[in-house]
Amino acid sequence: MVKVPERATAFFEYAPAPESRAIVDIKASYGLFIDGEFVDGHGTSFKTINPASEEVLAEVAEADEADIDLAVRAARRAHTRVWGRMPGSERAKYLFRIARIIQERGRELAVLESIDNGKPIKESRDIDIPVVAAHFFYYAGWADKLSYAGLGTDPKPLGVAGQIIPWNFPLLMLAWKIAPALAAGNTVVLKPAETTPLTALLFAEICQQADLPPGVVNIVTGAGATGRAIVAHPDVDKIAFTGSTDVGKAIARAVAGSKKKVTLELGGKAANIVFDDAPIDQAIEGIVNGIFFNQGHVCCAGSRLLVQESVAEEVLERLKRRMSTLRVGDPLDKNTDVGAINSAEQLAKIRELSDVGEQEGGERWSPACDLPANGFWFPPTLFTGVTQAHRIAREEIFGPVLSVITFRTPAEAVEKANNTPFGLSAGVWTDKGSRILWMANQLRAGVVWANTFNKFDPTAPFGGYKESGYGREGGIPGLATYLKGTG
Amino acid sequence: MQPYAGSVTTTSATTGSAGDFDDITSSESSLRRFLHGLPGVDQVGAEARAAGLGTRSIKTTAKNFAIDLAIRMVDLTTLEGQDTPGKVRALASKAMRPDPADATCPRAAAVCVYPDMVATAKQTLGSSGVKVAAVATAFPSGRAALDIKLADTRDAVEAGADEIDMVIDRGAFLSGRYLQVFDEIVAVREACATPDGGSAHLKVIFETGELQTYDNVRRASWLAMMAGAHFIKTSTGKVQPAATLPVTLIMLEAVRDFRDQTGQMIGVKPAGGIRSSKDAIKYLVMVNEIAGPDWLDPDWFRFGASTLLNDLLMQRTKMTTGRYSGPDYFTLD
Repeated sequence: MVKVPERATAFFEYAPAPESRAIVDIKASYGLFIDGEFVDGHGTSFKTINPASEEVLAEVAEADEADIDLAVRAARRAHTRVWGRMPGSERAKYLFRIARIIQERGRELAVLESIDNGKPIKESRDIDIPVVAAHFFYYAGWADKLSYAGLGTDPKPLGVAGQIIPWNFPLLMLAWKIAPALAAGNTVVLKPAETTPLTALLFAEICQQADLPPGVVNIVTGAGATGRAIVAHPDVDKIAFTGSTDVGKAIARAVAGSKKKVTLELGGKAANIVFDDAPIDQAIEGIVNGIFFNQGHVCCAGSRLLVQESVAEEVLERLKRRMSTLRVGDPLDKNTDVGAINSAEQLAKIRELSDVGEQEGGERWSPACDLPANGFWFPPTLFTGVTQAHRIAREEIFGPVLSVITFRTPAEAVEKANNTPFGLSAGVWTDKGSRILWMANQLRAGVVWANTFNKFDPTAPFGGYKESGYGREGGIPGLATYLKGTG
Repeated sequence: MQPYAGSVTTTSATTGSAGDFDDITSSESSLRRFLHGLPGVDQVGAEARAAGLGTRSIKTTAKNFAIDLAIRMVDLTTLEGQDTPGKVRALASKAMRPDPADATCPRAAAVCVYPDMVATAKQTLGSSGVKVAAVATAFPSGRAALDIKLADTRDAVEAGADEIDMVIDRGAFLSGRYLQVFDEIVAVREACATPDGGSAHLKVIFETGELQTYDNVRRASWLAMMAGAHFIKTSTGKVQPAATLPVTLIMLEAVRDFRDQTGQMIGVKPAGGIRSSKDAIKYLVMVNEIAGPDWLDPDWFRFGASTLLNDLLMQRTKMTTGRYSGPDYFTLD
C-alpha cells in the first residue's frame, strides 16, 4: 500500500541554498592601484569585514596625501600622453573589453560583492553586476560618437576626475562613475567606501586583464581623510561624489572658488505614492522593493509610503502579509531577500532613528523573523501613525524602515511628497495615465517612477533636486558632466 | 476522510454559492460594475513578481518534499481524439503507481479524460483514491448550446466522474456578457449533482490564452468563484499559451483574496505547458508565497499535465539513488 503523507501544510521549508565562496580569492592584504600596478601605500591600513559574520576579510591600505598625489599624477600623465588623445573608437575597445570581462567574471564579482557588502546574492547576481556591465557597454558605445551626442561638434574631456563612491552599491557606483568618465576621455582616481573596497580592487585587476593603459584608472582605498585629499588635490579637474548630504555639502564648500567641476548625488527621502485606483498587488511589490531592496541602503529608497486614506487599511494589511514572506539572513543564500546591514555604525544609526520613531509616537511593526547571532541585522520594519513632523519621516534612515503616511487628495499627496529637503526620487501608483503625468510634473524629484520603483538603466539620467545634489549620471546628461563646457 | 474539507462544501450543491453574492450577481450591470471595480493588474509588475519567485533555489530536502507533493498534485491527462480504452487503463494504472519500482512513490491526484472514457478509468481506479476528472461542456471550445453542455456534464457524472473540468464561454466573456457566463457555471455546477446528494467537484477552465489580459483573468476568477467553482483552472491545453506563471499568480491572488473575504477556499489548477520538475517547483513556490501553505495540498492545487509526471519521477529517482535514469525506464503513458 502506498503511503500517502499527511497534509502538506506549512512544511515547505526552503533548504539552505548557499552560493559557493570558492570562486573568489580574497587576499590577506591589498595595496593601492596606481599607474597600473598594485603598490603599498604610505599610510596605515584598515580592515574590511563581512557584515553578515563580522569575519575580517582583508587588510586594505589607507591612501594618504602622498599616495593621492601619486595617483593624480599618474592619471594626469595617462590623460595627456595616452587616453586623452586616443581616438574614441580605440577607447571604446577597452571599455567593451572591460564590459565583457565583467560579464565573464560576473559570478565572482557578485559573490565578492555580497561577502563584502552584505547584500543578498540574488541582488548582486541579478541586478548589481548585470547593470554594471550594461553601463560599460552603454558608454563604450558613446566613446566614438561624442560629436553626435548633441554636446557640440568636438567635445573635449575635462582631464582628471576624482571620484568618491559609497558602500551601498560598491561596484555599480564605480561603474556609474568610471564608464562615462573613460568614454569621454578622462582618467580617474576613484576611492571606494572604506567598508566595501574589495570589488573595486577586483575591478583594478580587470583593468589589468583588459590591458587598460596604466594610470587611466587608479583605485585608492581609504576613509574620510583619503577622500578629502582627493577633493583638495589641485590637479583634479572634477569631483564626482555619491554619498551623504553632509559630506556632499563639505565637498561643495571645499571646491568653491576652484576650477573643479562637481557633481553630487546625495541623500533622499522618497515618497512612494499609492492612489486608490492603483494595481494593488503590484503596488505592494513596489513598496517592498522600494524600501527593502538592498536592506534600504538606497539613496532613492521609497522610505515614505504615502497611501490614499480610502485604501490605507487594505494596503497595510497586504503589505504586512507580504513582509512576513521576506527571508532575512545569509546574503550568500540564493533564497535570501534581505541581507545584512553594511556596518555596525549604520546599524546603530538605524536603531537610533527607529527608537526615536517609537518615542515620537510612531507605531512600529516587524514580521517575526529570526536574525543571525553574529553580524549586523535589522528586521524589515514599518511605522504607522507617522506624520510629516516625525524625524523618521524627515531624515534619511538608510535602512529597512518604512514610514507610512496617509493622504486624501492628489494635491495633498504632492504637498507631502515635496515637503522635504531632499528630491531624488518618487514613485506614483495609479491606473490613470493622466494622473501619472500630472504628478510627475508636480513632484520635485529627479526620478519619478510610475507603477514601478528602483529601476535603473544606463540610458536613463539619474540625479536629484535640492539637498539630493546636482548633476546627472546615466544617459547623455551623464556624459555631459565629463566634457568641457557641457555639464 | 473528507477530501474537500474547506467550507466550500457547506454550500448546497444545487444552488451553488451564489447566495452570498446575490447583490452582485442579480443583474448584468451590477455584475459588470463589480468585476470592473476589481483592482487592476499591472502587467509588467505581475510578470516581474512571477519571474522573481522563479529564482527561488529549491534544493535537497525542500526539493524532495516539492517533488513528492507535485506528484500528488498531478491530474494525469490524456485528451486526444485517438485515445483508446487501453491507453486510459494504462494511464490509470500509472496514476495509482507512478513508479512501480518504488513503493514509497506517492500516487497522482487524478486522471483527466473525455467523458466517454470515464467508465473505463473508473473501472481501473476503483477505490484507489485516485479521482477521475472529465472534461465536459463541449470541451475545449465550449461552442455548443447550454443544454448540450449540461447533458455532456451529466453524462460524465453518471459514468462516475469525481470531478468535472468545464470550459467557460469565452465569446460571452470577452463581449462582456458576464451574467451569461455566470449562469452557465451555476447551471453546470447543478448538473454536477450526484444521486446520493453530493456533487462532483467543478473546475472552471478560463482558457487564459484567449482571455489575453491579466485583468480578464482576475475578473474571470472572481466570476467563477462567485458562481460556485471548486477550482479555477487556466487552460484546456489546446490553446497556446496555456498555463504561465504570471497567470497562475493572478489566480492565486484571487483565491487568497476570496478566502479573506468569504472564508471559502477555492483550488487552482494550471494546465498545459508544465513539463519539467523545475517548472512545477516554481509553481509550488508561488503557491507557498502567494496563496499560502494552506494551498500546498492536492485538494487545493493541481497540475494538469501528462509529460510532467515522468520528469518528476526521473528527478525523484535521481534524488533517491543519486543517478539519473533515462526516459526509457518510465512508461510513456
